[in-house]
Amino acid sequence: MKDQIVLRVIAKLFIPFILLFALYVQFHGDYGPGGGFQAGVIFAAAFVLYTLIFGLEAAKKVAKPNLVQVLVAVGVLLYVGTGIMGILLGGNFLDYNVLDHHDPVHGQHLGILLIELGVGITVASVMITIFFSFAGRGQS
Amino acid sequence: MQYLGLYNYWIAVILMMTGFYIVISSGNLIKKIIGLNIFQVSVFLFYISIGKITGGTAPIKTDAASIYSNPLPHVLILTAIVVGVATTALGLSLVVRIKEAYGTVEEDEIHSQDEAW
Amino acid sequence: MIHLLDIILLTFMVIIAFTVVRLDNLFAAIVLTGIYSLLSASVFTILDAVDVAFTEAAVGAGIATILMLGTLALTSAEEKVQQGKIIFPLMVVILTGAVLIYGTLDMPQYGDPKAHIHQHVAPRYIIESPEEIGVPNMVTSVLASYRGYDTLGEVTVIFTAGIGVVLLLGRSRRNKSKEKDER
Repeated sequence: MKDQIVLRVIAKLFIPFILLFALYVQFHGDYGPGGGFQAGVIFAAAFVLYTLIFGLEAAKKVAKPNLVQVLVAVGVLLYVGTGIMGILLGGNFLDYNVLDHHDPVHGQHLGILLIELGVGITVASVMITIFFSFAGRGQS
Repeated sequence: MQYLGLYNYWIAVILMMTGFYIVISSGNLIKKIIGLNIFQVSVFLFYISIGKITGGTAPIKTDAASIYSNPLPHVLILTAIVVGVATTALGLSLVVRIKEAYGTVEEDEIHSQDEAW
Repeated sequence: MIHLLDIILLTFMVIIAFTVVRLDNLFAAIVLTGIYSLLSASVFTILDAVDVAFTEAAVGAGIATILMLGTLALTSAEEKVQQGKIIFPLMVVILTGAVLIYGTLDMPQYGDPKAHIHQHVAPRYIIESPEEIGVPNMVTSVLASYRGYDTLGEVTVIFTAGIGVVLLLGRSRRNKSKEKDER
């Protein structure tokens, strides 16, 4: 679909805005609708659009499959790491009050930010990986 | 007039039964997964209808509102949607492998190939 | 007015679901399922569930449709026309539907603020969450803080699904001739 000039130009215009919107949804999940899952899916949708227009080979150069597979695990580790941090600082597992010495509410904010980031990273990487697996299967 | 209040739940039950019918009566594996998706969305509709409060608003704290709809079903259904897409993705990859192994995705042809072994 | 919109959208959803039952062409059925997810996202917005509507629109109308179209491209299937045997599934479905509707007759009215589920845990979350957590979005505070352990399970489910798909479909197809040589 690379030779269709309209599709190529519009995709190049849109993809940065889609990625920016995904980051907006990720970090404003506290103040409006949003959060990790929605942001991860929208982030993956930008890569799906790129793959549809420019082909699987070009997309695999942008998002290297090995790196994306490592990111799948990094998100879960970030989540569990925040929980273990709660234990190391003296509270329970996934207790955010102890993450900040002076102000428990600030600790809650920090904890929610970190785990939503972990969720967003994992969901985006898993969706990209699944799509690459489906798209790469048809070629022998 | 009292039964107008249960319209949402009855529509959810009708959609549930439509999805269920597609799953049990269709021979094509991809059609079964489509039916499963329809079933799942109708269950979400049922749960979210339970959580709505008349005159309420979305559960995001603002100064302009005092009644909020119940946030608890929303949290449960968020998890359910994500788990649903995970099972759909796995089911579809199994369908691809079945097609490569048997050459077809129709259930009766797969059974007859199995019995011919 | 809002109730009228609700009723119209739900009626459209039922029409789409019935059409998907009757369709043979799988491509049309998949596109209709995408439209069904989008309509359900609109209904969720009317029912004040904005987070759920966002997720359903992104996940249901986006990712699920793409994956089903990808499967269709890999299997290139058209559904075979049904031969007979629709009486028994229809009886089972009608019986189950009748039992479920009989069960809903006991439920509280739609939108009733005095229903049981709004009485114990939910008011505590709604009242305490702005002071204990300080985050305006109550769904995020319940999801990430009060019920954070369940969200950990959910992330693990997504992780497992990704690994499962990579195990099933990750390697490219082996050539058919190579398999025949190995036999």
